[in-house]
Amino acid sequence: MNTMSLALALALTAQPAFTQSAPDAATAQTAEPAIDVTDDSDWQNQTIAIPSFATNADVPTQASAGSTSALGFALAGVITADLQNNGLFKPTGPAALPRPALPQIQAPEYNNWGARGTDMLIQGYVRAEAGGQVTIGCYLYDVALKQQLAKAGWTLAPGDWRRAAHKCADLVYSRLSGESPFFDSKIAYIAEVGPKDRRLKRLAIMDSDGQNHEFLTTGQTTALTPRWSPDYKSILYLSYFNGQPRIYILDPATKSQRLLLSAKNPLFAPRWSPDGKWVLYSMASAGNTDIYKIPAAGGGTAIKLTDSPGIDIGGSFSPDGSRIVFESDRSGSQQIYVMNADGSGQKRISFFGGRGATPEWSPRGDQIAFTHIVGNLRVATMDPQGGSLRYLTDSWQDEAPTWAPNGRVIQFFRTAKSTGRTSVWQVDLTGRTLRKLDTPVDGSDPAWGALRP
Amino acid sequence: MKTNPALIALLAAGLAVSACSKKPPKVLPPDPGAAVSTETPASSQGPVPGSQADFAATLMGQDTILFDTDKYNIDSADQTALAAQAQWLAKYPAKRITLEGHCDERGTREYNLALGERRANAAKNYLATLGVDPMRIATISYGKERPAALGSDEASWARNRRAVTVTID
Repeated sequence: MNTMSLALALALTAQPAFTQSAPDAATAQTAEPAIDVTDDSDWQNQTIAIPSFATNADVPTQASAGSTSALGFALAGVITADLQNNGLFKPTGPAALPRPALPQIQAPEYNNWGARGTDMLIQGYVRAEAGGQVTIGCYLYDVALKQQLAKAGWTLAPGDWRRAAHKCADLVYSRLSGESPFFDSKIAYIAEVGPKDRRLKRLAIMDSDGQNHEFLTTGQTTALTPRWSPDYKSILYLSYFNGQPRIYILDPATKSQRLLLSAKNPLFAPRWSPDGKWVLYSMASAGNTDIYKIPAAGGGTAIKLTDSPGIDIGGSFSPDGSRIVFESDRSGSQQIYVMNADGSGQKRISFFGGRGATPEWSPRGDQIAFTHIVGNLRVATMDPQGGSLRYLTDSWQDEAPTWAPNGRVIQFFRTAKSTGRTSVWQVDLTGRTLRKLDTPVDGSDPAWGALRP
Repeated sequence: MKTNPALIALLAAGLAVSACSKKPPKVLPPDPGAAVSTETPASSQGPVPGSQADFAATLMGQDTILFDTDKYNIDSADQTALAAQAQWLAKYPAKRITLEGHCDERGTREYNLALGERRANAAKNYLATLGVDPMRIATISYGKERPAALGSDEASWARNRRAVTVTID
């Protein structure tokens, strides 16, 4: 929360002038290794007004938000929250703004918005369709230029109304920042309740903003480390379902699941390949853990990728599928290694002291996020050669980063000292905008899925 | 260093409640099958010979061995404890056990799952050198998911880096 207020305070003092695009976080970051980001000189932001979406007729809908008019207000609220939470913009939501009528949606009152100090204006409408669906339109205007920058519309089931808000926020975010969209995506994670020595751990899913929450397992057996398939049709996760840790593939729509493979040995750390055709996993045998891959469809033969004495675990593919980053203690302590997708060319890349764990390759390919352990556990990033170490968090125990589909935002989980309570957090790549996600119970092991198809 | 006073105290307290006596049971023919079928473990008579309760009562805390940070080697205190376990297991050759490997909370989740397995396996290997048939021993890792001590301090972490032997009743 402090970070957020700081960000807003900085936003207020920053240049209100029109900016063509947001700063490139990656290039702005390369300067000094191994320090926290406190330099705000490249901070830029735009004031964005998001008034309530208008409607042609205020009629009831099946949406949780209510009638078309109430839905218009809720849509603007969701878009405001999305844009607020990534650190680039200074949005103002519908509660503090006048409510445009339908004719103004495509003919904004530029002078009025300009007088309010608005740089960008997002307007939209809601229309109930005959079949029970709703059509939601989204428009982005540059107030100073008096020009429309982007528009889009979606007709969808009323229950999916939040998706339209996320898609609208994505449209605006992409157009103004030059980055790829990411709001219209989902998180799988482990929901936790109970005392520290008897935590109930259930598989759960939610939208990228923490809404539309759903439990997928009952908690009778401990679930850990989920991963979405690229098409959102399956979730890989670890479960103690039959007494041993094994890897299951669960269909979130039907909640049916199958074993990835039968093995007497414990199996850990399942990961998808970017095309969803392969699954990486780790198997322990007589105290030695190695990384394997197997066709996701089942029935294929496992290919052993590592063969070193020690623990090799937790692989993550590069976005083009050609390489894998993983952790190994073959040198005596946990460190980060890279290898080709066939297991050849294994090479250590972390040489900055401490221990490195849970590496995850950015969907953009330019960064690897991981957990750096020097006493405390912190979320950090580095480039694929092991350079440009940067910390994104500084707390007692932050671990297991997961990338937003655009590689610009990271979620991870934080464990509280003594109580052992866990929570899911989100931070942008500059490290400036840090916030806790509002999950119904404690949460760990967040896994961010791709942009929804 | 490795034997744990608090754990022993806990076990002793548990015994005092359930058995009213620390006197080891003196049933002559060690026939666990008959014992189980003919009598419930009555509080006045001590645990059924060959049962998990008997194992825990006999071992007096030596059902658990402790490890240093990130380590899985069996030191001399561990060897003493595992020898006591092997002795009990020699008396009940039909008995099977599960070795549970655990870690402290100051590591990442997945690595700790593998490290717990490595610790359980190290204990299994040592028991095998003492003549316990490896086929009688299953291993399972709980990583950092099931701490025994709940604090976030060195003393608690030392107690949580452990391998616990549990007999299968």
